[in-house]
Amino acid sequence: MRAVIDRDEVLHVARLARLQLSEDEIEPMARELSAVLDHIATIAQLDLEDVAPTTHVVEVSGALRADEPRDSLPREVALAQAPAVSDNGFSVPSPQA
Amino acid sequence: MSDVEIIGLSAAEAAQGIASGELAAGELFEAYRARALEHVAQVGLNCFTWVAPGAPAEPSPGGDGAPGTQGGALHGVPQGGALHGVPLAVKDLFCTENVPSQSGSKILEGYLPPYTATAVSRLTGAGATLLGKTNQDEFAMGSSNENSACGPVLNPWNRERVPGGSSGGSAAAVAAGLAPWALGTDTGGSIRQPAALCGIVGLKPTYGAVSRYGMIAFASSLDQAGPLTRNVTDAALMLRHLVGRDERDATSLTFPEEIALPSAGRLDGIRLGVPKELTGGEGEGIEQGVLDAFNAALHRAGELGAEIVESVRLPHAPHALAAYYVLAPAEASSNLARFDGVRYGLRAERAEDLLDMYTRTRHDGFGPEVKRRIMLGTYALSSGYYDAYYGRAQRVRTKISEDFRTAFDQVDLIVTPTAPTVAFKLGEKTADPLAMYLNDFCTVPMSLAGIPAISIPCGLSEGLPVGLQIAGPAFSENRLLDAAHALELALGFDGSKARV
Repeated sequence: MRAVIDRDEVLHVARLARLQLSEDEIEPMARELSAVLDHIATIAQLDLEDVAPTTHVVEVSGALRADEPRDSLPREVALAQAPAVSDNGFSVPSPQA
Repeated sequence: MSDVEIIGLSAAEAAQGIASGELAAGELFEAYRARALEHVAQVGLNCFTWVAPGAPAEPSPGGDGAPGTQGGALHGVPQGGALHGVPLAVKDLFCTENVPSQSGSKILEGYLPPYTATAVSRLTGAGATLLGKTNQDEFAMGSSNENSACGPVLNPWNRERVPGGSSGGSAAAVAAGLAPWALGTDTGGSIRQPAALCGIVGLKPTYGAVSRYGMIAFASSLDQAGPLTRNVTDAALMLRHLVGRDERDATSLTFPEEIALPSAGRLDGIRLGVPKELTGGEGEGIEQGVLDAFNAALHRAGELGAEIVESVRLPHAPHALAAYYVLAPAEASSNLARFDGVRYGLRAERAEDLLDMYTRTRHDGFGPEVKRRIMLGTYALSSGYYDAYYGRAQRVRTKISEDFRTAFDQVDLIVTPTAPTVAFKLGEKTADPLAMYLNDFCTVPMSLAGIPAISIPCGLSEGLPVGLQIAGPAFSENRLLDAAHALELALGFDGSKARV
């Protein structure tokens, strides 16, 4: 597996990541991601046929607390750091221009 | 006591001095605050992103740690408490109520959290006082502290060199004597590697030992908080007050025993494993000077009674870095989705619509390394690549944990160099992300396995500190600290030269 990421793929992944890239960021990103993925490709050589994936490193049981209502952040505290607020809520631009 | 004498005290000694009445908590706090402020004013090492505005006020009563109710605890003068008012530096990414917490990122510029991280409130609850917030790589992504929106941190041993990262501000502040001790976080080596490069002690606890509540997340299955200190006793003292189950972090655990202050002076009967995969035999690019200091320390360990076992193997450890650079960016790409300009932090102006606002905010707010990791993680999780990257990396992680379990049947502890090199020059590795990632070669395997590991200074190479890493099975912190203490005594490393 030799991973080479081209310009189109960079733009596709950036769209998935909700990340705008400047024109001068695209080519270095393609080159750097390709180099890192090339290193990562070493794990393709390993025989991992019957190996279970790790989902958690330390066994935890009974981690759930009782499902009881409790106070959370007051509305004005939750909204205090927002860039824009209207009608007691977070304000955002229209989904469609 | 003179300021020089005060700064010369370890955290444990300072706590003792206050308890016995030889030292006033306010005097101690002011001595450090004056030094920290002087450094901020003169640019200095750039360790701090925020310094407490004044002497701590009287404590406010109550405050059980519920969100929005613990304002007084951060600034209050502790009345007694095991830590007796010893000042604490805290890595920027820990949320501290009404105190700037931006995780080294422009996207969180000006953010004032409405609550405090459990790790911080545990320590202030035990009597520590918040001295300042420390600089770090943006969102803890980096090994040199050059990826910070607040500028790079300089290494107090040599100002042309990096302090390591991502807890670079915490490590440099402790090494330079600008704080008695500091709280950091470690995802793939971010406590241990800067501790090594700055000549201090850094401990990454067992995953789950310390609550992650209130830490601005990087990779949730790996992130752990831990101490950066001048000596092993201080690391044990801080860890004692950090560990414990927190219902706000479902992955946190009750630590099975109390953390003891270490007393061991010998290593009789301790089997120390030296896996060739991480110690130069087959390891990648470990400097000769680092190997020399490491081997000299091993020799001392033998003289202290340890049995050095060179036949121990970690066959999958050389693949840990590759697995880590799939898993950590994958988790980061998901965790960092929350920075979208809606609820806090930066928002790009003049957006055409909602999507445009998201993508431009993230373009403007994230630095190059964070963008790279978000892209890498998004790619690894995207349709068609998930099994080849994320799925395989999770299986490699299982093999690495199995390797450690097998090794710990044969030995008590595993020792390696902490980092392959001493502190490198500012700018030396910024152009090559992969070269930067290789700094984590010796620390990432323990992170993937979730096991504890400590770095202690073991000597100098080119006049710069070298770190020795000791790792043990999950929850073996007491044994780890004891062994580190015995070695620390025998090695007699003098860190006072870095104090400014």
